[in-house]
Amino acid sequence: MLSKKFAQVDRDFCVACGSCVKVCPREAIFVWRGVTAAVEALRCVGCGKCARECPAGAITLEERGAAQ
Amino acid sequence: MNRSKHWYEYLWIVTPVYLLLGFFNILFAWLGMIFFCVPLIIAIATGNKTYCNRYCDRGQFLTLLGGRLRLSRNRPTPNWMRSRWFRYGFLVFFLVMFLQMLWVTYLVGAGAQSLGQSVKLFWTFRVPWHWAYHGTLLAPWVAQFAFGFYSMMLTSNLIGWIVMALYKPRTWCVFCPMGTMTQLICKAKAGGAQLPCTACGEKEAQT
Repeated sequence: MLSKKFAQVDRDFCVACGSCVKVCPREAIFVWRGVTAAVEALRCVGCGKCARECPAGAITLEERGAAQ
Repeated sequence: MNRSKHWYEYLWIVTPVYLLLGFFNILFAWLGMIFFCVPLIIAIATGNKTYCNRYCDRGQFLTLLGGRLRLSRNRPTPNWMRSRWFRYGFLVFFLVMFLQMLWVTYLVGAGAQSLGQSVKLFWTFRVPWHWAYHGTLLAPWVAQFAFGFYSMMLTSNLIGWIVMALYKPRTWCVFCPMGTMTQLICKAKAGGAQLPCTACGEKEAQT
């Protein structure tokens, strides 16, 4: 069953440092071509670790359905 | 989740070792050119930020200090600090200061200025550093460049530690000039490529 929330990346603020990738317990986040981080929505369990780690404040947790 | 560590996860040691070596012999500051060239080479050659994501010793050191050693308040980075104008503004400022450092190196090389055996912190405060200079068989400009480069590395480290303590462990990464430059290179290399659909669980080749 999918979690209620999932992480989303604001590409305007993401600096592609990769700190989110290191803390994701589900390997649901990756850095795309050095441009931005991106989240695999189906893998994400919405734990929020990446959002807490992100130094640029570029990751937020969104309700599924509302943002997808 | 226990997993064996990769060799590159120990690269944080490079930061304190580099700063210590420069404390005893300023010529070791030249090693810092590695931190300048490697990220750019990786970004130009492969079009990704593997250096930031995997090998950056400073990023790892800040994570260690702010994360494991809990020296960070873990507060959100201020909006102005993560804004585009600040990131690009800091990059321009950093490059101008780098050029100014090269100019002083040139003046010493040309004999128009004597070797300044000091380190300039925050581009303002001159700190004596003569104990780290033991004379050299090489030209004086080699030592001048080392003093200038070490000043830049020490200053940027100090800024990194301050913002790490005040905000998130890796807040420095938000406006790191090397990170900004490599991201710009990656954006240029990605061109008009579209981020693959991540809602369906598929992803393109990582990093």
